[in-house]
Amino acid sequence: MSDELAEKVVSVIATSKRIPREQVSLESTLEDLGLDSLDQLNLLFALESDFNISIPDDEAKSIRTVREMVEGVRKLAAAGASGQSAASVA
Amino acid sequence: MAPRRVAVTGLGVICALGHDMPSFWNALCAGRSGIAPITSVDTSNVRFQNGAEVRNYDPAQHFERAQADLLDRFAQFALIAARQAVRDSGIVFTPELRQRTAIITGSSVGGQCTQDTQFWAVYRNNSPRVHPLTIPRIMPNAGASHISMEFGISGPAYTVSTACASSNHAIGQAFWMVRSGAAELAIAGGSETPFSFGFLKAWEAMRVVAPDTCRPFSRDRRGLILGEGGAMLVLEPLERAQARGAPVYAEVVGFGMSSDAGHITTPSTDGPARAMTAALEDAQISAEAVSYISAHGTGTPSNDPTETRAIRQVFGAHAGKLAVSSTKSMHGHALGAASALEAVATVLALRHGILPPTANFTTPDPECDLDVVPNQSRPAEVEYALSNAFAFGGLNAVLAFRRLR
Repeated sequence: MSDELAEKVVSVIATSKRIPREQVSLESTLEDLGLDSLDQLNLLFALESDFNISIPDDEAKSIRTVREMVEGVRKLAAAGASGQSAASVA
Repeated sequence: MAPRRVAVTGLGVICALGHDMPSFWNALCAGRSGIAPITSVDTSNVRFQNGAEVRNYDPAQHFERAQADLLDRFAQFALIAARQAVRDSGIVFTPELRQRTAIITGSSVGGQCTQDTQFWAVYRNNSPRVHPLTIPRIMPNAGASHISMEFGISGPAYTVSTACASSNHAIGQAFWMVRSGAAELAIAGGSETPFSFGFLKAWEAMRVVAPDTCRPFSRDRRGLILGEGGAMLVLEPLERAQARGAPVYAEVVGFGMSSDAGHITTPSTDGPARAMTAALEDAQISAEAVSYISAHGTGTPSNDPTETRAIRQVFGAHAGKLAVSSTKSMHGHALGAASALEAVATVLALRHGILPPTANFTTPDPECDLDVVPNQSRPAEVEYALSNAFAFGGLNAVLAFRRLR
């Protein structure tokens, strides 16, 4: 596992699905992890809450692997952080 | 008592397509959608902005102040639709008939707009109290109760809550009561008003609401669009209707129910297929006798292909000859009221020989390879039609109607 954000996303997935962390790798697909549509909704909710982001429906639908999820969260968290700093300047 | 034939003799409707049955039918025939930006709730913090609201609605045109105070918007729509249906049927209530008339309404969430407003007051504004009529406004049976009080109807009255299949369950039960003789007359249908901030946030979290519009069976469909409204049908024995010279819209011939026993939100193929089969068996007709289906057709990525497979499972090769359309593309998904709106649409389609289209259709989806009557209504003499409703929770209800000439 390469970085802190990825670690945290994996941790959220493991907690949300109630599975051991070791079972979750960047290469895992959501299907491998046994996440059905409702599990995925719960996971998106957990990620939005933990990272204080809003994940658009279309982006959520296109995600197949943990790696895609990590990169998606990274992008949204970065956008949110820059948005916040812009707001605080204004 | 031998089973009686059951006629639809009165219709009432209020929804995004209009405040009465003629405007509803005109919009359906024109393929005109009532979907537009939501105005009753500030949606700037909601991920979707469009809905099918009842426009230009003024409660004061329908209710005295004292009565309006008792009624959440969902109960107002139930009562308005029931008044229209009773007037349309020309029924004159005698004391005996009032005791022998049943009222069965469907609603998924009852007066949740009242709940949202009043709970906001205590949670958010620290108000020490809520309005004293909050409970009677919220209760999902309020529609049925107010209809009974309005007309002095004192027979069996209750409310069914099976999410998006509520009204079909209600109409189906009413049909069986009239058919068996358990009731001499029935007013059945449903009403729903989903436009409150809290409820819209809950739908947002489900990630099934389209950001644009409702395009059932279209490849680029992105989800459902919430709608509001009410619709009621008057059901009575065909013999009685003919004896009093009442206009008969159509005959209710079958009702079938099933449950998926599967997933709380993901639909199955088998459950809906069994409900359609049960409706055909109850009507004692073959699958080949049916030529139109008013689809559940929510426009979500998962419903439409599943419904297509279920229809193919039941109808086999005959599925290729069926016309199948979803009027949710025009009046939105009115949840507990949806199948009442669609029952009215189906009855009118049989009566007028015109099939309402699936509006907003752009591109065929190989997974939804049925004739979905895209965008343009179509003249068609149909003898038998089904109206499908498949609810979250895997609860399915299908009605079968027959044209009467």
